[in-house]
Amino acid sequence: MSSYIKRPNRALQVYAVLFLIVLYVPVLFIPLFSFNDSIYVRFPLQGFTLQWYGELWTREPVWNALWNSVKVGLVVSVISTVLGVMAARAITRTRMRGKGALVTFIMMPLVIPGIIFGVALLVLLSRMGVPLSLYTVGLGHLIICLPFAVATLLPRFEGFDPSMEEASADLGENGWWTFWRVTFPMVMPGIVASLLLTFTISFDEFIMAFFLTGTDPTLPMYIWGQLRFPKEFPSVLAMAALILFVSFALVFLAQWVGRKGLEDQA
Amino acid sequence: MTPSDRFISIRNVSKSFGAFTAIEEISMDIGQGEFFSLLGASGCGKTTLLRMLAGFESPTKGEIFIDDQPMSDVPPHHRPVNMVFQSYAIFPHLNVGDNIAYGLRKHKLAAARRAEMVEEMLDLIKLPGYGNRKANELSGGQRQRIALARALILRPKVLLLDEPLGALDKQLREQMQLELRALQRQVGITFVFVTHDQEEALTLSDRIAVMSGGKVLQVDTPAGLYETPRTRAVASFIGTMNFFRGTVRRNGAAMAAIEAEGLGTIPMTTAQLTKPDGAPVQIALRPEKFSLSAKRPEAGLAVEGRLCTSAYMGERSQYYLSIPGKAEPVAVSAPNTHRLMGGHDLSEGEALWLSWSPESIVMLDTD
Ligand SMILES: Nc1ncnc2c1ncn2[C@@H]1O[C@H](COP(=O)(O)OP(=O)(O)O)[C@@H](O)[C@H]1O
Ligand SMILES: [Mg+2]
Repeated sequence: MSSYIKRPNRALQVYAVLFLIVLYVPVLFIPLFSFNDSIYVRFPLQGFTLQWYGELWTREPVWNALWNSVKVGLVVSVISTVLGVMAARAITRTRMRGKGALVTFIMMPLVIPGIIFGVALLVLLSRMGVPLSLYTVGLGHLIICLPFAVATLLPRFEGFDPSMEEASADLGENGWWTFWRVTFPMVMPGIVASLLLTFTISFDEFIMAFFLTGTDPTLPMYIWGQLRFPKEFPSVLAMAALILFVSFALVFLAQWVGRKGLEDQA
Repeated sequence: MTPSDRFISIRNVSKSFGAFTAIEEISMDIGQGEFFSLLGASGCGKTTLLRMLAGFESPTKGEIFIDDQPMSDVPPHHRPVNMVFQSYAIFPHLNVGDNIAYGLRKHKLAAARRAEMVEEMLDLIKLPGYGNRKANELSGGQRQRIALARALILRPKVLLLDEPLGALDKQLREQMQLELRALQRQVGITFVFVTHDQEEALTLSDRIAVMSGGKVLQVDTPAGLYETPRTRAVASFIGTMNFFRGTVRRNGAAMAAIEAEGLGTIPMTTAQLTKPDGAPVQIALRPEKFSLSAKRPEAGLAVEGRLCTSAYMGERSQYYLSIPGKAEPVAVSAPNTHRLMGGHDLSEGEALWLSWSPESIVMLDTD
C-alpha cells in the first residue's frame, strides 16, 4: 500500500526529528542528572548514583508537598470535569440565545494571564477574610482548568447525535438511566481525557498557587522554594524525573483511551 | 366509529416554535393495526407530528389520545409507542444484540430468555446470528432493520417510523418496502409511517394523510386519494392531473351541466353537482381517463386536439395535446397493449380526438 499520503517525504522526516530533539532533549537532562553523582548540574557526568532518590525517600516535606498537589489535582479535575460535562451538555443540547457569547466567556481564562486572575482572587479573598489554604489554590486551579475541560468535552457532545438520547427515552429509560447507559459511555473517552488533562494542569500549576498558597505548599511551590539551596537540587531533579515518568505514562494512557473511544464510535 | 378506529386520536393539535407554526389545528384518527402514512413535502411538519406522538414535543394546543389515554402528561419513556428514527440512532457502543435488547432492562428477564427474544427478533428481520456484530460494521439497510427490531421487541401498541427508507438506495428501498408491509401484517402493530415519497405511501399504506404547510389536506385510502382528491393541492401532489375551470349550468331541477374550458358542456347528474347556476367550479381528470382516437367516437363526449409531444414509457405512453379554449396542454396516458391506431406512430401536430366519460370527472373544492 503506497498511497500518495503515505509516500516518504525526506524534508518532513528531518523536520520531525529536529522538532522532537528540540522538544525533548532538554527534558531528558532531568532524569540524566538525577542519576549523576554530583550536586552540581554540569558536564562531565560524575558517575551513576541512586543517592538522590534515596534522599528523596527520607524527606518528609517533599512527600507532603506531593500529596498536597495530588489532593488538589484530584479534586480540581473531578469538579472541573463534572462542571465541564454539564456546560458542554447545556451548550450542545439546548436552544438558547447568546450561546456563542457564553462559550467565549467560559473560554476566557485561556487567554487572560494567570497572574491577573491570581492577583484578583488574592485581593478578593483577603477582602472577604478567607484564609489562604489548599482550598483557595483549588479554587484558582478550577478557574484555569474549566475551559480546558469544556474544550475537551465539547467536541464529544457536538459529535453526538441527539436522537441517541431520544432513542433511549423512547425505549423506556428515564433521564438518569439514559445518561448512564447512553450519554456517559459515549462521552466516556472525553471524560477520561478531561480528567487527565485537568489533573496535569493543576498538578504543575505555579502562578495561581504562588498567590493563593497558605502554609501548605503544592509541589511546584515547594520545588521553587528549594531552588535557592544547591544541596537540595539533585533530589528535586529526582522528584522531577519521577513526575516526568508518571506524566508520560498518563498521557499515553489518555491517548490510548481516546483512540479506543473513537474506534468504537466510527 | 368503533373504539379501535380511534386507536390514536389527534384532537385540534397545533404546535408552534416561537412565532413559527409548524402544525396547525390537526384532527384525525388512526385505527388499530392500520398502516397509516403521513405524506408531504419536506418541511410540512411530518416529523413534528410524529415527535408529538412519541412525546418528544408537546402540542402547543390540543390533545393526543392513544388507546383512549390522554398523552399530555405522559413522558416519552412511559408511552406505549416506539420509534424508528430517521438516522436510526443505533447505539455505537453496544453490539447488535445489546442494541436490540436495550429496552428490556426493566423487564428483568433471565439472560437465557433475553437471548432467546433477541434471536427471535434477528430471525424476524432476517439477520440471524448477527447478535455479536459491532454497530459500526453494519450497512444502512441492516441498521434500519436493527432499529426496527429494537422497537418491535418491546411489543409497542404503535410503531412510529420517520422516513425509515429515505437513506437507502432505490433497489434496497423497494425490497424493504415489501418486507416492511409483510412485517406489519405479521406483527399486527399500528404503524405511523412518515414519507415524502408518494409512490411509497401509495404502495404501503392502508390510509394516508396528505400534509402541507402544517395542515392535513386530506385523509383517505390510496385509491381514494388518487381517484377522488378533494383539492387541487392533493390532486397535483399524487400522480399527474389535468385541471379545468368551469361554470355550473342549471336548467330546472333535473338538468345540470358544467361548461368547462376546452371540454365544452359536460352533462352531470344532480347528485354530482349541488352548486347553483353560474357557480364557478374546478374539475379534474386523470390522464388515463381519456381515450384517444383518430376519428370522432360515435357517441359520448369528445373534443378534437393536436398532439404537442409524446413520451414513450414502456408499458404506456404519455401524450400532451393542445385543445382549443385551454392554455396548458392536456396530459393523456394510454397503454401500449397494441400500438395505437393500427400500428402507425403518432407524429407531432397530428389531429386526434379526446374522449372521456362524465363519471371519471373529479369535482374539486374551489380554493
Ligand atoms: N425544534 C424546532 N424549532 C424550530 N423550528 C422547528 C423545530 N422543529 C421543526 N421546526 C420547523 O418546523 C417545520 C416542520 O419541520 P418537520 O416537522 O421536521 O418537517 P418534515 O419532517 O415534514 O420535513 C420546519 O420548517 C422546521 O424548520
Ligand atoms: Mg422530517
